[in-house]
Amino acid sequence: MDPREFQFVFAGFCAAWIIIVIYVLTLTSRNRRLRQELDRVRKMVEKR
Amino acid sequence: MRDKILYILALVGLVLVSWTLYKVWFVLPKQANVAAYQILYFHVPAAFTAFTGFFTALVMSGLYLKTGSLKYDALAAGVTEVAVVFASINLVTGMIWARYAWGIWWTWDARLTTMLTCWLIYAGYLILRRAIDEPTQRAKLSAFLSILGCVDVAFVYKSIEWFRTQHPSPVLSVRSGGGMGPGMEAPIYWNWLGLACIATVLIIIRMRQEEVAREIDSLRRAAHAY
Repeated sequence: MDPREFQFVFAGFCAAWIIIVIYVLTLTSRNRRLRQELDRVRKMVEKR
Repeated sequence: MRDKILYILALVGLVLVSWTLYKVWFVLPKQANVAAYQILYFHVPAAFTAFTGFFTALVMSGLYLKTGSLKYDALAAGVTEVAVVFASINLVTGMIWARYAWGIWWTWDARLTTMLTCWLIYAGYLILRRAIDEPTQRAKLSAFLSILGCVDVAFVYKSIEWFRTQHPSPVLSVRSGGGMGPGMEAPIYWNWLGLACIATVLIIIRMRQEEVAREIDSLRRAAHAY
């Protein structure tokens, strides 16, 4: 494989993994936000 | 138990994808007639995974419209979100391949345009869900949009047969393509299976978040009821 072709194939594979990793990070941060919100709402209900 | 299944699925997915990468780089003979053909091993399975997701979302949306159960709506939303991620992989890897093979990042041919339209419809679906607060109204509109999106998926699939496109014609033997050498096709399906396992894990995690969001909603309602 010539170096230019290798660069494009490598870029293609990296792009695929980067998109998956970005989505996993989004899921993780959403998870953390939801857990914090759940704790906050639970405390609010307990107070009432 | 549920966590164990999740870890096993993720592991199976990663092993299958790694095995395909190994086959593509070190075992398969070079396809002299296709430039940078290795990208195909992510580009095609990502499209298959996305389409499987969109079809599942269609079934779930249909079930929601039939039964009115919000559980199906939540499932359709989770599956669609993950399918959009894989549709993005398909579009981006396709653009990188096009830059190498055709010298351009993009062209408005039938396959590329219908795929971009498909991505925009489902991205619109996700935006629509954020814009509507009322659950029943949100579920109904989302279900109709999901059905509309699936019509476009059919167009994407058939576009390379119906129109003369710059995009290559079918190469897989299941579509009477036969453009790949012996042993070249199987890794595409193995990678599809691997990506499908990873997608399933992501969908399960997304569904758990939906459960937490529903719990927050019901607690909020209970708090306001006092």
